[in-house]
Amino acid sequence: MEKSIAELRETFKNGGTKSISWRQSQLKALLQLINQNEDSIFKALDQDLGKSPVESYRDEVGVLKKSVTYTLSCLEKWVAPKKAEVPLLFFPAKAEVMPQPLGVVLIFSSWNFPFTLALDPLIGAISAGNTVLLKPSDLAPACISFLVETIPKYLDNKAIKVVAGGADIGERLLQLKWDKIFYTGSPRVGRLVMAAAAKHLTPVTLELGGKCPAIVDTLSTTPSKAKVTAKRIVGGKWGPCNGQACIAIDYLLVEEKLASALIELLKKTIKRFYGENIKSLKSISRIVNEHQFQRLVNLLKDPNVADSIVYGGSVDEEKLVIEPTILLDPPLDSEIMSEEIFGPLLPIITLKNIEESINFINSKSNPLVIYAFTEDETFKKRILSETSSGTVTFNDSMVQFLCDSLPFGGVGQSGFGRYHGKYSFDTFSHEKSILHRGFYPEIEPRYPPWTDFKLLFIKLAYEFDYFGLILLLLWFKRS
Amino acid sequence: MASEVEKKAVFDIDSAKEVVQELRASFVAGKTKDYEWRRTQLKAMLKMMDENEPQIVAALRDDLSKPELESSIYEIAMLKNSCKLALKKMKHWVMPEKAKTSLATFPSSAEIVSEPLGVVLVISAWNYPLLLSLDPVIGAIAAGNAIVLKPSEISPATASLLAKLVANYMDSSCIKVVEGAVPETTALLEQKWDKIMYTGNGRIGRIVMAAAAKHLTPVVLELGGKCPVIVDSGINLQVATRRIIAGKWGCNNGQACISPDYIITTKDYAVELVDSFKCELERFYGKNPLESKDLSRVVNSNHFARLLKLLDEDKVSSKIVYGGERDKSNLKIAPTILLDVPQDSLIMNEEIFGPLLPIIMIDKVEDSFDLINSGTKPLAAYMFTNNKKLKEKFVEKVSAGGLVINDTTVHLAEPTLPFGGVGDSGMGAYHGKFSFDTFSHKKAVLYRSFAGDAPLRYPPYTNGKLRLLKALLGGSILGIIRALMGWSKA
Repeated sequence: MEKSIAELRETFKNGGTKSISWRQSQLKALLQLINQNEDSIFKALDQDLGKSPVESYRDEVGVLKKSVTYTLSCLEKWVAPKKAEVPLLFFPAKAEVMPQPLGVVLIFSSWNFPFTLALDPLIGAISAGNTVLLKPSDLAPACISFLVETIPKYLDNKAIKVVAGGADIGERLLQLKWDKIFYTGSPRVGRLVMAAAAKHLTPVTLELGGKCPAIVDTLSTTPSKAKVTAKRIVGGKWGPCNGQACIAIDYLLVEEKLASALIELLKKTIKRFYGENIKSLKSISRIVNEHQFQRLVNLLKDPNVADSIVYGGSVDEEKLVIEPTILLDPPLDSEIMSEEIFGPLLPIITLKNIEESINFINSKSNPLVIYAFTEDETFKKRILSETSSGTVTFNDSMVQFLCDSLPFGGVGQSGFGRYHGKYSFDTFSHEKSILHRGFYPEIEPRYPPWTDFKLLFIKLAYEFDYFGLILLLLWFKRS
Repeated sequence: MASEVEKKAVFDIDSAKEVVQELRASFVAGKTKDYEWRRTQLKAMLKMMDENEPQIVAALRDDLSKPELESSIYEIAMLKNSCKLALKKMKHWVMPEKAKTSLATFPSSAEIVSEPLGVVLVISAWNYPLLLSLDPVIGAIAAGNAIVLKPSEISPATASLLAKLVANYMDSSCIKVVEGAVPETTALLEQKWDKIMYTGNGRIGRIVMAAAAKHLTPVVLELGGKCPVIVDSGINLQVATRRIIAGKWGCNNGQACISPDYIITTKDYAVELVDSFKCELERFYGKNPLESKDLSRVVNSNHFARLLKLLDEDKVSSKIVYGGERDKSNLKIAPTILLDVPQDSLIMNEEIFGPLLPIIMIDKVEDSFDLINSGTKPLAAYMFTNNKKLKEKFVEKVSAGGLVINDTTVHLAEPTLPFGGVGDSGMGAYHGKFSFDTFSHKKAVLYRSFAGDAPLRYPPYTNGKLRLLKALLGGSILGIIRALMGWSKA
């Protein structure tokens, strides 16, 4: 493994990844990889997570194709140095900021979107001209096998490598020196990654999670808007990998008096989308493994929590399936309300007044996304200015992920750093400042021995008081 | 826990906790978010500097024997400029930025909103104790945060003065100065901050980042490195020499993170270069530079001993071609130039941070790029040349925080350039709008409407939906039409 990494460093040092044409060729090869292996990707995702091809295309294949295409179309623009303004005082001078690759980067990806979370950062790292070691999560074995086998067939092996393995491999990798580490996963491991990076002063981007709330304030508008709200909530909870997504809706906040109407709408929508009961469940991923299954089942063990179930609750351990489950007002101090759920359980918390949702959300750590279904412009403004989250999405769920012009990342416990679109390129680049100066004219007062005149001159210069400078020069010249 | 009435003699973990709690309460109450509050604080800072210039100059003289001009210009004037810039531009910086939306999320509108991170910790260094303390604070205020400033104990007069002035001029419920050394800093680092900015050396930088990791706190580390200067022939040697001197001994006597650390030049040019240095150095500092008022002293006896160790190493002491004199009682070392020191000497393997300037000789100028890249990435790299191709190569090949061609250190004064390191010289950047950005969270906001809800998003999933989805994500209108008509393959 150390040999592979040494090779990555050599390749970078020799400039193998610097040219735009190399980067473009790799991105095109990645696009080919995805286009030519769509079926295998669908198969692997079905095997590891029970994802349907539509979900796989929507959340993985399609997202990646879009990301590569967008990057290819913008790459030349992004790589170009940006001019910076220079004040007259420096004349003649030219200032610019030039993006440069960081070097050898390490990308850790998670198991719930095993292709997107591995390859989307990879797209950014390649576009910025780095060499990359990709370490996908071992909880999606079919997907990892695919990546390990297929990436070397399409991409430059000397610059891009994939390593399979568990936590022990991850730990070993963290002992080494990288120029950047990009980690998607849990806050617990995020801390370990950052602590290891600290030893080498390696910058990190941490894409973590949190409890993403959805504020529901549109039930008493028109019936059609209420229906759309319900569809978008259901689509945003169980649609992405059955709730096992950092941006999945974790819990709902709604006014007491509207709770039962909401629950009815949700039930209807769930049945229509996923089937009548656990036996006829379709178009939905399963729980990734036994460990996660048990974790979720345990969240329901607390009798007070179990009592609050108003829909669903059935589980099938053999198939690792938990049906979409809705809970109404479980105790606020229960685990299901203090930990990120990351599964198909949806608590609904009722409030006297929907405005209380702001305080409720602020009582928890900053989530990755806050969803708010509301048409009240004042409320929207309050949500924006009084809460903090990576992103805020109004009147929908999940789709912000598709917006290449919006930075995707967290704040506080949901992480730091961001990517998608140009932000991916930036996150794997160092923005180098460059100032070009001429030899003439020379400003004598820059140099010692110091005199009062020189002090005054420089003071005026720093204030860009050109008129004052002229006066000073004239006055002293006269004396 | 001690009551508020009881004043603690020691600033310990509990004191640190109390400070953070108080600031967090102020932040949550919205005090620092208020635009007018930010303007008032920045204006107060300007007033603070206007009304206390002599005291500041005196404190810097106590701590560093800093010449008045350096204090007035590199600390006070630069800070005032930074404040004025923030006051002028803040109204633009706080505006949300519109973001484009694509067909995939149509209809929608998007923007990026800047919000303060919350309660931030700024730990500054001793060499520019005013500038490196207050410049980050300006950014943090402009971005709407509550702040704890921990100035360096190695410049105690300035630290005390800062504590006094900030308490008198600024809002203490939101901006506090905590004085102290390692125990106090450790107590502060145990707390949960929303951002930590540290200026200093790599060893402490690692400690700061490791402490931040426990709370997932993002950090900006402004560290140092060995900033090289490549000197080509065919240039205006006098101007080049003066600019190198101004950046080296003119900046706190070489004790600056962006000071030229060492020079690389060709064997053929070295003698001419050394002669030019000798001439200009004498012109600037006289025949007895130890007595010149225009040079800072070495900050303390620890650093003095450290620098002597570099100078007196056997294989190095014989390479002195100018200077080398020292005055222990006044902590002064004369501007010293060394020629052709061995690559494995101490002086070539740690950041010098003092008035010693080694010159390394190579055969051709191009060889210097590999030499620089074989070391850790510095905060700045400089090159003097008139050769266009060499300039291009320099810019392309050398990785450093910032580069300057035909001058040294002046990029610091350019607020449109991000100032920060890469690799061992640090992470993150600031100055100008970059300061505002570094202390902000850029929140992505997507506004969607209820119109245009595409059923293809929702299950039950069918082949038809797959076709349409592919077309929609592919972004081509034609593709969408074809899919709708059933003409494309799933």
